[in-house]
Amino acid sequence: MSKEEILSKVNEIFIDAFDKEDLVIDFNTTASDIEGWDSLMQMNLIEMIEDEFNMRFDMDEVVGMADVGAMIDIIISRI
Amino acid sequence: MDWFGYPLNTKLLYRKKAKIKRELSNKNNLLNKKVAVLGGSTTNEIVKQLEIFLLYYGISAEFYQSEYGQYWQDAMFGTSELDTFEPDIIYIHTNWRNIKTFPEMKSSKEEVSQMLDTEYQRFEIMWKTLDKKFKCPIIQNNFDRPNYRLLGNRDIWDYRGRSNFIACLNQKFYDYAQKQNNFYINDLDYLAQDYGLSEWNNALYWHMYKCAMCMEAIPHVAQSVANIIKSIYGKNKKVLILDLDNTIWGGIIGDDGVEGIQVGQEVPKGQVFSEFQQYCKNLKSIGVVLAINSKNEMENALAGLNHPDGVLNPDDFVSIKANWNSKDQNLQEIAKELTLSIDSFVFVDDNPAERELVSVQMPEVAVPSLDTAENYIKVMDHGGYFEVTALSQEDMKKTEMYHARIEAGKAAVTFANYGEYLDSLQMTIQISDFKSIYMQRIAQLVNKSNQFNLTTLRYTEDDIRDMQDDLNYMCLCGKLIDKFGDNGLVTVVIGQIKDDVLHIKLWLMSCRVLKREVEDTIMNAVVEEAKRRGISKIIGYYYPTSKNIMVEEFYGIMGYTKVAEDKNGNVEWELNVDQYNVKLTHMKVDNLGL
Repeated sequence: MSKEEILSKVNEIFIDAFDKEDLVIDFNTTASDIEGWDSLMQMNLIEMIEDEFNMRFDMDEVVGMADVGAMIDIIISRI
Repeated sequence: MDWFGYPLNTKLLYRKKAKIKRELSNKNNLLNKKVAVLGGSTTNEIVKQLEIFLLYYGISAEFYQSEYGQYWQDAMFGTSELDTFEPDIIYIHTNWRNIKTFPEMKSSKEEVSQMLDTEYQRFEIMWKTLDKKFKCPIIQNNFDRPNYRLLGNRDIWDYRGRSNFIACLNQKFYDYAQKQNNFYINDLDYLAQDYGLSEWNNALYWHMYKCAMCMEAIPHVAQSVANIIKSIYGKNKKVLILDLDNTIWGGIIGDDGVEGIQVGQEVPKGQVFSEFQQYCKNLKSIGVVLAINSKNEMENALAGLNHPDGVLNPDDFVSIKANWNSKDQNLQEIAKELTLSIDSFVFVDDNPAERELVSVQMPEVAVPSLDTAENYIKVMDHGGYFEVTALSQEDMKKTEMYHARIEAGKAAVTFANYGEYLDSLQMTIQISDFKSIYMQRIAQLVNKSNQFNLTTLRYTEDDIRDMQDDLNYMCLCGKLIDKFGDNGLVTVVIGQIKDDVLHIKLWLMSCRVLKREVEDTIMNAVVEEAKRRGISKIIGYYYPTSKNIMVEEFYGIMGYTKVAEDKNGNVEWELNVDQYNVKLTHMKVDNLGL
């Protein structure tokens, strides 16, 4: 799976999580770019990513997922 | 789609919760309730999931949440926000991590007993304070098992073990619950075990998020709490409506006969159905009312229910619908008889097509997704349809009460748009002559089918092959495929041609596909093929047996004229092929060559 394909799947997760049909993210999107991306939302996003890509992250990885770019790098390292 | 039945689709409940919430909020007649959640851990996800489960049960909830870990302070000293909120119900979400002190190895028995009292008193005084202030139901978690057993197996029985300490503390909670009205235990201990304790206690979720259990387990907790709340507000299901064949016994009574069905201790499958019958009978003892909705002759249904090894018998049911009506129609009738609304029904049927029909036509009816018979109890029990928060003398006499109610009035039949249902099944029928790969199945059907079988003539596989090869015979069979999968070969017709007349020696169909218009489609094919072969007249025969009453009028319904009947009830029907009206059906026809 390419980086772009992963981004597009993660984007779908964001759309569901924030319940915003037109939400577009890129590799540089951070928590300050999206309203409502707080620690609780972070927990939800990680859970959804785990379900979607069928993987479980360890605590270091969870802590490291500060923005979209980091999320995708960690997903790639697991595929 | 049902996301709320067993097994819970936790992935979707997370991913789509915003959408699910929006859709469920549009329901009419929602009951508004205020729920205070006092947590010893993070409660945000619990509340979000609880919110959609309650909506599913018809309750629109407004929530108060204590600040992280402040359950005790909020309860004891109040907050202005909680005081003005005036909850209708309070849920105290604590778990083993909220226990202040655990025994140490050096503790004496007396010290541990003291410790237990102190820990318990901290909770009891909180419940009493809340009760005095808000006078509303309180739901309290019991404690789950902790993340490790220092003493190994000894941990559960030695007074110094944490596991033992928790078990003793839980028992004190239960003793309190038994003495109180309006106090309910949410059995977190069971939920953890059922989920799998090791994964439940995945430490990442506590240390990262201060969640008392792993995220995926949260919908299970929310469902459990929602079950208690909906039960308190009278939104439990009341009636369990059962199919018969392959639901409460193994096999098809119309074909296999009462001696052929599986129930009782003789074979494993029979034991499975006996246990399920016992489960249903036990539900009756907590006030659940039972009824039957089955495609069967009444005579066969009663014979099955009177099976000597069966646990359930006809008296256990307030209503028995054994007929050939559509299942939703029968459910409407039962609702009228009992003067209950259909949202109090749980409909249990092994056949996915029937379940689909009922869930689409009557979304208010709970339709558990059964898989194989040995899992029926598991699926039902996890559904939480009949959560018991109060158990009265009347509950145990419900069946008699409804028996009386039925006597009071009789029901009218309601009309369902059946054609639309048939369209939704996306059926395709493949019609062909007897291909050699089908021979075995054809022979099996010919020698086993009893109900939808016009002549019940039995032939060996060799006889059948000979007829297929003989030009003076017309052999035809049909295979039905629908959106649930391939139903396999379901119908067989054999006709003998003499001059320009076709004599239908055999016409049978599997009862699994009754009311799907398979017989209409086959009749169209038979007439068309007859025309192609230059036949001008078709003669159909009906030979009555104790099992095939359902097809007594088959040829009449198909437009044939009765021309002869003997003293044994054998009837001859005739059709002039030119006068045949082609039947309109709701399926695609693939003619693979005759």
